Amino acid sequence: MNFSVLTSQFWSLAFQGLALGLIYSLVSLGYTMVYGVLRLINFANSEVFMLGTFATFYLESYVFDVTTTGKQYRGMQVVWILLASLIASMIVCAVVAMLVEVVAYRRLRARGANKLASLISAIGVSIFLSEGMRIITASKPLASPRVLQKWSFGTIAGADIRIDTVLAIIIPIIVFVILDRFVTKTRLGKSIRAVSMSEENSKLMGININRVITLTFCIGGLTTGIAAFLYTTVYENTVYKVGFTMGIAAFTAAVLGGIGNLRGAFYGGLALGILEQYASAILGSQWKSVTVFLVLVLVLLFKPNGLFGEAVQQTRT
Amino acid sequence: MIMSIFKDFNLRDQGAHIWAGWNRTVRTIFVLVVLGVVCLLPFAADWGPTSFLNTPITSFQNVLVYPIGMFVLMALGLNIVVGKSGLLDLGYVAFFAIGAYSQAIMSTTLGWNTWEIMPFGIAFAMLSGLLLGLPALRLRGDYLAIITMGFGEIVRLVALNINITNGSEGIPGIPNPPKILGFNFDLMHPQDFFWLVLVMILLVIWMIRRFTVRRPGRAWEAIRQDEDVASLMGVNTLVYKLWSFVIGAAVGGAAGVLYASKVMVISPDMFKFDVSILILACVVFGGIGNIWGVILGASILAYLPDRIRFISDARQLVFGLVLIIMMNLRPDGLLPRKKREKITEKGAM
Repeated sequence: MNFSVLTSQFWSLAFQGLALGLIYSLVSLGYTMVYGVLRLINFANSEVFMLGTFATFYLESYVFDVTTTGKQYRGMQVVWILLASLIASMIVCAVVAMLVEVVAYRRLRARGANKLASLISAIGVSIFLSEGMRIITASKPLASPRVLQKWSFGTIAGADIRIDTVLAIIIPIIVFVILDRFVTKTRLGKSIRAVSMSEENSKLMGININRVITLTFCIGGLTTGIAAFLYTTVYENTVYKVGFTMGIAAFTAAVLGGIGNLRGAFYGGLALGILEQYASAILGSQWKSVTVFLVLVLVLLFKPNGLFGEAVQQTRT
Repeated sequence: MIMSIFKDFNLRDQGAHIWAGWNRTVRTIFVLVVLGVVCLLPFAADWGPTSFLNTPITSFQNVLVYPIGMFVLMALGLNIVVGKSGLLDLGYVAFFAIGAYSQAIMSTTLGWNTWEIMPFGIAFAMLSGLLLGLPALRLRGDYLAIITMGFGEIVRLVALNINITNGSEGIPGIPNPPKILGFNFDLMHPQDFFWLVLVMILLVIWMIRRFTVRRPGRAWEAIRQDEDVASLMGVNTLVYKLWSFVIGAAVGGAAGVLYASKVMVISPDMFKFDVSILILACVVFGGIGNIWGVILGASILAYLPDRIRFISDARQLVFGLVLIIMMNLRPDGLLPRKKREKITEKGAM
């Protein structure tokens, strides 16, 4: 127990928690969107994230040759490299997510198999992907290159406002605003919401269910890809099992906010990130996950549909 | 064409049909013969024609105890929760861990033997099942999944971080069960251990079959098909869900006690989330809700990684592939539950 950090590092922890939490909420979109449409936990999303971090890593260190001994970039070049690796990560994640849907879900859905069968096939995909990566990287953790020099804007109330953390806060917020617009305003977005309310009725209304489901996986993959890029940029390392911890955290975030719900994922991730930062500062990082799960149980006891669950129920019935 | 035969062929229904045609004597003889063959399994690796069963690195006798025997036991326990009453439990390893740590701590500090600790291990697992179930079982299915998953992680993390469990180094020097009726449970006699596990498996099968034909079994079936309707029909759903949860936990706890006294040293690393997933995979792979399917599924999935150790690095990769392919070909598992039970289920899913 170390409560003194609350006074000395309060804002600094909040700031880091904000960045971590927003990365969580981007990944939890991969769970929550798929859950909204299919009512299934997309177990393979954690490995989609893992592949995204590797896509970023390989592009930066091999294609652009950014290593400690390699080339030095400055100015606009850095922006272009970051943009390229962001796009690469998004494309890889979206493609993998759509493949996961084809391999693990489509056939089973067509046959009307039970939920658990799809869950196990998704777990199979997840094992396959992480083990494949483990063999390729020979189980070694990789330190990713530092493309973006971590200069600071200065300190506000003891919090070090660094460029990478700022990026990890601004980009997710932009993504969420765009996605929220997309889901409420556009035709495709409306069809996603229609399918999550009632699959049968939307079929009767002429919506192509398969296309909507593929689109949902694609969007989940894109946001997970952005998260993978941000994670690699901020934490500068990756390993084949990085997806596992991230997956559990992101899924918890989705449930905390109320699964199947965009805003739920956003606030759930945020709450989780900040909670984790404070818990590991006060109780020590080994008790971080325990605290998180206890909070989750408490929240679900009093609000059984998550923090923003009411909105979900309204859309469902 | 071949695919469609493969799809429609239901070994379970065929088997049930043949079984129904037999009278009591034939059934008794059949059961005894099967039991006899299973009892002789530890010697299969030494006998010429079946020596292909031998696994590289670990001897076949040891593989029969762990992972095969243990996984069959745990899969049967989880089947009560997932298969019978339809509750998705992603943290089953927690009960296994609680049983194992009861054995480890009580045997090294109090000096008790396995048989004395067994009731306590089971009781602790049941108690934790009750404590977890009381809040968690009030929630909808998918929330239950994450709470149980969290519980599994919490048990592991607590074991990793408190003093009594000796942290990440684990507890060494756990004694084997003492000699009983001329059976030696030590390193030199893995077959005796296998027979012990077999007895426990038979006990669990007997228990499940008793439950299934009685009131709890019917209540579980009703809850699995449609919880709201069951509740309207006067089934006290929370109580029966708790029962299935707690009984499942008891089996996990018993398996844990036995496991700890077999391997003699345990550490938190053995109780990771992967184990929960693997046990769940055994249940679904074999056929949710059908005891024989679950046993078959658990035997195959537990044996496979050891068997294909020669492709050592890629064995988990192959394991993942097998899961994907099998689930796509036979989504109801190798031996699905009875057709009658399945058709009614469709509405609920």
